[in-house]
Amino acid sequence: MSEPLQTNSKTPPANPRRIWRMALPLAVFAALVLVLGLGLRHDPRELPSPLVGRPAPAFRVPTLVGKTPQLALEDLRGQVWMLNVWASWCTACRIEHPTLMDFAGTGALPVYGLNYKDKNPEALRWLVDHGDPYQASLSDPDGRLGLEFGVYGVPETFLIDREGVVRFKHVGPLTPQVLQDEVMPLVRRLRG
Amino acid sequence: MASARRFIALFAACLGLAFALGPARAGEAQPVAADPALETRVMALAGELRCVVCQNETLAASQAELARDLRAQIRSQMREGRSDAEVRDFMVARYGQFVLYRPPLQASTWLLWLGPFALLALAAWGWRQQMRGSPDATNARDEEHLQR
Repeated sequence: MSEPLQTNSKTPPANPRRIWRMALPLAVFAALVLVLGLGLRHDPRELPSPLVGRPAPAFRVPTLVGKTPQLALEDLRGQVWMLNVWASWCTACRIEHPTLMDFAGTGALPVYGLNYKDKNPEALRWLVDHGDPYQASLSDPDGRLGLEFGVYGVPETFLIDREGVVRFKHVGPLTPQVLQDEVMPLVRRLRG
Repeated sequence: MASARRFIALFAACLGLAFALGPARAGEAQPVAADPALETRVMALAGELRCVVCQNETLAASQAELARDLRAQIRSQMREGRSDAEVRDFMVARYGQFVLYRPPLQASTWLLWLGPFALLALAAWGWRQQMRGSPDATNARDEEHLQR
């Protein structure tokens, strides 16, 4: 009885149970690292919008500048269009602006603005100073329309399809990468 | 005798100070709205909703402009006679489940709700296995042998 025990203590047996016991904490640790690692990569500021896949909120509001004094959601039906939320007080909008000017210049997509919680004179001056990429800008001085769209960080950009359904939302400045890799493929699909 | 009198005087002074301060502080904490009952309801609901721009604060605690707007929205909707549930649904429809500090139990949140209990059960199981002594009843015996 004592003989096998002594040999055991010198060379540990390849007991599967023992290996399992040693591997388990390691496996748990690896799983934890994986979960936390994924958590680090995830940007908590980018919330999934519940609006994507749902009809855009109906509106009829005055425009800042544009061909019509008022604009409604129905007026834009039948085309794929972009809604860009901006304000003259928004510094990130200034970073985004050249990209938006270039994009609107290509005519790839009609771009409409939503001038969020801004004062009209300041907004108009901003457009004169930096250029106006918008077909028209919806005026939303008290942020009511912004609330309907679930706006929480300007700039935000929505893509709305022919039936008036929101298909895409981007929070933060648009970049050429986002336009090229996300927006345009989706636009082609929505038109196709 | 003198010390007792001094104690009473001090006690009276403290009491007086407390009375003097009490009403002053009550004055500072005047409710914002004319209707305190409504304001209590607004703040109770706002306390359950997350401020989306300052994500670790509630809508009630946050001084962010968006939070102020959303509180005003809650207030005006409640004044129109909407129920707490209706106002909550309004917020969820626009900002998503993320605004709820008390997420409902559903397919996407079962891990959140049950995960801690599952972990606890796993730990309990592991601990039991450990205590059963498979490890190291043999080890202990080995050591006994070596000591001899």
